[in-house]
Amino acid sequence: MFNVETIRKDFPILSRKVNGKPLVYFDNAATSQTPQQVIDVIVDYYSNYNANIHRGVHSLSQEATDKYEQARQKIQKHFNAKFAHEIIFTSGTTHGINLVANGFSSLLKKGDEIIVSALEHHSNIVPWQMLCERTGAILKVIPMNQEGELVISEYDKLLSNKTRLVFVNHISNALGTINPIESIITKAHNVGAAVLIDGAQASPHIKADVQKLDVDFYVVSAHKMCGPTGVGMVYGKEEWLNKLPPYQGGGEMIAEVTFEKTTYATLPHKFEAGTPNICGGIAFGAAIDYMNAIGFDNIAKYEHELLEYGTQKLSEIEGLKIYGTAKHKTSVISFNLEGIHPYDVGTILDKMGIAVRTGHHCAQPIMDFYKIPGTVRASFAFYNTKQEIDAMVEGVKKAKIMLS
Amino acid sequence: MTIKAIQDEIIDEFSMFEDWEERYQYMIDLGKTLPLIDQQYKTEDNLIKGCQSKVWVHAEMKDDKVVFTADSDAIITKGIIAILLRVFSNQKPQDIIDADTTFIDDIGLKEHLSPTRANGLVSMIKQLKMYAIAYQTQLQ
Repeated sequence: MFNVETIRKDFPILSRKVNGKPLVYFDNAATSQTPQQVIDVIVDYYSNYNANIHRGVHSLSQEATDKYEQARQKIQKHFNAKFAHEIIFTSGTTHGINLVANGFSSLLKKGDEIIVSALEHHSNIVPWQMLCERTGAILKVIPMNQEGELVISEYDKLLSNKTRLVFVNHISNALGTINPIESIITKAHNVGAAVLIDGAQASPHIKADVQKLDVDFYVVSAHKMCGPTGVGMVYGKEEWLNKLPPYQGGGEMIAEVTFEKTTYATLPHKFEAGTPNICGGIAFGAAIDYMNAIGFDNIAKYEHELLEYGTQKLSEIEGLKIYGTAKHKTSVISFNLEGIHPYDVGTILDKMGIAVRTGHHCAQPIMDFYKIPGTVRASFAFYNTKQEIDAMVEGVKKAKIMLS
Repeated sequence: MTIKAIQDEIIDEFSMFEDWEERYQYMIDLGKTLPLIDQQYKTEDNLIKGCQSKVWVHAEMKDDKVVFTADSDAIITKGIIAILLRVFSNQKPQDIIDADTTFIDDIGLKEHLSPTRANGLVSMIKQLKMYAIAYQTQLQ
């Protein structure tokens, strides 16, 4: 049984006050909050078995290694990867995208084409632009429409035998659009191109099955799905991970080192140079357990209710415009009040204890498309309530009165 | 008036406000009513790009004082600019260089001058000081 009041008790932060008002946390697309179950795992790690992993002969090191590798298996199972070694721990989505983009430096040549979408976060644009600078590859962009959906007929035209790679987010961080990644992947594969899906925004809402999707790379951050910051993962198909060169050199990622030649470790260690975020990785596993215990079907259903309720209530405010009205979207509402800067609205809401994001959401091309400086973005999680949405709506009305 | 005297005056004025709403409404009204910059100076060169809001700053020397004009696309930012210009504009370069901005804390607007806020205001104050340093160098 999904009971939001019970769930809220798991999150200590939700009972605090901000600026003297009960916190209404609607910045979940930036980072999710952390349940006690995950906090306990972090405390337990540092209290009881903090040690460096993989090389120690002592018991603590073995315990920490076991827990870390168990977390990798949890992540493997969650995303249904074929092998645990296809899960590479990273510091987060940005690190993961850079790891793959860097790897492709040696696989691309001048004139090769790579395809991005107009709906991307800067972290899924800039590493690829850097890749183009290094290799002479050409970046093509799938355009978007007014609703904030990708124009797939244009994508079809961009694909050719020159296409090497396609990288698109599963869900847009700025607008909440769920992209049709199944068909994006199939079409890319039909011309022999590999596909990376940025799953940062999808991972808290949708349980992606990487084998069913047949995706080549899938990247996520733990902190978007109730885990800690500074940890994430890249899923890569074994054959691709074997093909890509290592990203960073250092300890842990080697088989043998001499000054003449170093041979690299096998997967996944080849991509995990240095001491990783051990505690973070273990807590990431705990976060996945927590979310699965609540159930992704329950989460999706409840969040959709919040989305519909919030959309309806905000739409009733005269002069309020919602950006991103895709048919398939998650619980993100990006909006502006006519003639009022989003920064001003966000500032007033903050004074009322309501945390939203304002600005371009690291997705300037989307804001340029709509010719706006930014939006106010409210993003809901499964621990939010309709009463909180009511509080935000009242806040927006007040901001409108104060600022008009 | 000296910079310090103006700052004290502003602190005094803000002490009358009972809550955040009055304080913010005052700044919003300041932001709404004041024409701060000549359209011709709203150029790319004078633009400070914050992540959140944009700020334009223009400076010129009149007699021995620096006159600043500035603007923003966000109204609360603009209101704060109005307060900052009241303090810094029409002052001698050396006085601007020497001035501090701790009065902002005293009037409860500290968060707007946090470097992480990215609203352009921190860069704007730096810019005001840079102009003052440049003019001071010319004077010597």
